[in-house]
Amino acid sequence: MSEILHTKVLVVGGGPGGYVAAIRAGQLGLETILVESDTLGGTCLIRGCIPSKAFIHVAGEFEAMTQASQGAGRHGVSLKSAPALEMGELVRWKEGVVRKLNTGVAALLKRAKVRVFDGWASFSDAKSCTVQGNGEPVTVSAEHVILANGSLPVELPFLPFGGEVISSTQALSLDALPKKLVVVGAGYIGLELGIALRKLGSQVTIVEALDRILPLYDAPLVEPVAKWLKRAGVIVHLGAKAKGADMGALVVETHDGGTEHLPADKILVTVGRKPNTEGWGLENMAVDMAGRFVKIDDQCRTSMKNVWAIGDLVGEPMLAHKAMAQGELVAEIIAGHKRRFDPVAIGAVCFTEPEIVSAGLLPTDEQAKAQETISAMFPFSANGRALSMDAADGGGFVRVLARKGDHRILGIQAVGAHVSELSGEFALALEMGAVLEDIAGTIHVHPTLSEAFHETALRTLGHALHI
Amino acid sequence: MGRYVFKLPDVGEGTAEAEIVAWHVAVGDRIEEDQHLVDVMTDKATVEMTSPVTGVIVSLHGEPGAMAPVGAPLVELEVEGAGNANGKTAVATKPGAAVPTKPAPPPKSVAPAPVETPATEALRQQKSPPAFFTRTPGDKPLASPAVRRRAEELGIALQFVSGSGPAGRIDHGDLNAYIAGGGHTSIARSTYARRDGVEEIKIIGLRRKIAEKMQQAKRRIPHFAYVEEIDMTELESLRAYLNATKHAEQPKLTLLPFLMRALVRLLPEYPQINTRFDDEAGIAHRFAAVHIGIATQTANGLIVPVVRNAETLDIWNAASEVARVAQLTRDGKASREELSGSTITITSLGALGGLVTTPVINHPEVAIVGPNAIVERPVARNGQIVIRKMMNLSSSFDHRVVDGYDAAEFIQKLKRLFEHPATLFMD
Repeated sequence: MSEILHTKVLVVGGGPGGYVAAIRAGQLGLETILVESDTLGGTCLIRGCIPSKAFIHVAGEFEAMTQASQGAGRHGVSLKSAPALEMGELVRWKEGVVRKLNTGVAALLKRAKVRVFDGWASFSDAKSCTVQGNGEPVTVSAEHVILANGSLPVELPFLPFGGEVISSTQALSLDALPKKLVVVGAGYIGLELGIALRKLGSQVTIVEALDRILPLYDAPLVEPVAKWLKRAGVIVHLGAKAKGADMGALVVETHDGGTEHLPADKILVTVGRKPNTEGWGLENMAVDMAGRFVKIDDQCRTSMKNVWAIGDLVGEPMLAHKAMAQGELVAEIIAGHKRRFDPVAIGAVCFTEPEIVSAGLLPTDEQAKAQETISAMFPFSANGRALSMDAADGGGFVRVLARKGDHRILGIQAVGAHVSELSGEFALALEMGAVLEDIAGTIHVHPTLSEAFHETALRTLGHALHI
Repeated sequence: MGRYVFKLPDVGEGTAEAEIVAWHVAVGDRIEEDQHLVDVMTDKATVEMTSPVTGVIVSLHGEPGAMAPVGAPLVELEVEGAGNANGKTAVATKPGAAVPTKPAPPPKSVAPAPVETPATEALRQQKSPPAFFTRTPGDKPLASPAVRRRAEELGIALQFVSGSGPAGRIDHGDLNAYIAGGGHTSIARSTYARRDGVEEIKIIGLRRKIAEKMQQAKRRIPHFAYVEEIDMTELESLRAYLNATKHAEQPKLTLLPFLMRALVRLLPEYPQINTRFDDEAGIAHRFAAVHIGIATQTANGLIVPVVRNAETLDIWNAASEVARVAQLTRDGKASREELSGSTITITSLGALGGLVTTPVINHPEVAIVGPNAIVERPVARNGQIVIRKMMNLSSSFDHRVVDGYDAAEFIQKLKRLFEHPATLFMD
């Protein structure tokens, strides 16, 4: 038997939930060990949010240059020849961004005096695990265990990953641009990557089993994205089921029952993510499950005393910022603070073209339909900043939903270029319990996109100024 | 002039309705804002409702004692301005007046003390928070993250704090006022996990029968209970002797056959106790035979099989018969005959322990006896403390047909039989 290490807090998983929990625990003076078998940063930093945004940024620049090289150039800027893409260089630059963040996380953990173990943790019971790294296995026994094991891409049994069938992870490390890309699943991951590769020059086809793209959002919010896809020549098959790969093509059953072969160099399967509950001894920990997720209460406690779970492992929404908030909260509760996870809203952003942001209720949510509400939208076509960025004709808008009786804001959405940066104001408004008059009474800087939010509140109150 | 309808607000989490306790105003009264209108009672507390507006009472809804659901109109007033009850109220064009259910926030003479300031005299002098809440059922309280966090740290449930801000928003000042006003804080959370979930069990089949039977017994029969302690030392000694010397084929004797013997001996003197009372017809059927119900716990619940004509059974027969009907019942094989017609019932939890029971009479019978555990206790005998085997005997009677005196005498005689066990068998 190897040496047994005792610690106050053991964090499993070095993603946004786990590393934040560990940093906060360390800051609060708790003896903390973090176990991560891959690179610090988790899905988000290594193969998710950050690298995909790097890709999307470059794709945007490439598209602008491509447009400038075609015809006269709309803004008086033109290029003599089309831009060239060096895929290997792009991936290297992306790796650099990732590495910068990764070393940043390591430094933060070090400053918080967290011990980081590079290895795979397997639990034999709820409070002890063996960490298998490169050297001798280490057994760790902890007073508190924080499970932040994250999630994995869902694999389709008839389209197993490998060869030309890739997950989002491989899509961010391609060595060459696929000429023809078929994306299975029109959720936000598939659309973000599909759109980026389209901008870089791939021919992109999207296959979705439901009758619309981005099915989590209501139709008007998704409409500008659908319009962009159409304009960019992305073929979208709705109500179509992928059947399998066959000789460099994806076989699909179309909505009318026919069979079609979609030629593809790469088939990107983005049909969702599943909690990472297997292969690390969860079954030995005697924690209750809620469906496929680990069951927790409003303090992220599992059914086992002093075992906590956060992030993608515990349920939707599977978003890094939710995991971070839960990680911070759990560390503070262990340190004796009184906390509860009770956000009004966990906003979400799709980095599609154009971007979509949503915080709070959608008009189509049952909770919204159950009460008397008022709502209005304000189009970016009437916003000076959007016009000045050539981002006014994409059909984008800001929309507010408020309760009729007391004007309490229930939900805020926007679609348009750069609207992801409005998400903070939206979430703040909801958390502060803003009523429409609060937004109407806040002077918004001119000229910015945020003015559209101000105007939306005014319009919901019946007295918009600029429309 | 407009109409203002004051509706019963959400007076606390989970409250769907409240009872109107007392009106403090009458139709035609001119009332001021914050004047006491009505008291309503929920299952948690009585709450004073005050008027959010100034006006003249046009109508009151609900008599004292009536239940009013949350959101039901309580008072209609004639008010200056638009009110909230006519269709012309244009919410969108006059946002300032669109939320008339809330009194204006009190003017704060001091800068609102933010976090961690103890409740000062200045805060005490602030207008006390209104005694009602403007949230609709199911709403989460509206407060900023900092206010929510401070409330959590103080152990205050925000749904009991009234908010002075727009849409009932709770700010630090409201929280201070709540604390200054003596708002109670709950005990901080322990580290034990919360349990959630309510399982719905349909009360059907045997369980429904039991439920109906118990309800009927308790609704119809004015029970009275009587408990006496009995010195069982001699009876226990006899029982131990009989069990030690019995033939192999004879059943093991429990207390039950002795209790049955005692009932059989005494009941002829107390025919009003060995009775089935048809209370609808107003006829008490006094039985010559003694059919003894034996309350039996089965996998599905309580069933009472019957030992018929117990007067014909000696102590060994009685033991066998009890064992037989109880087993049949547990196996679900008892016949109708074996499950009905008892004239008195024995319910014994003795083996489990327990000082006293107040058994429920097996309607339409009029008496039930329940022996409790036999325990060695120090008792005083002739100036000495001695250890005796003592047992409490609990019993319930139907006071409509059994007088307390007779019941007590019956139990006292039973006690004497048990304390002098030879007399159980002497005619």
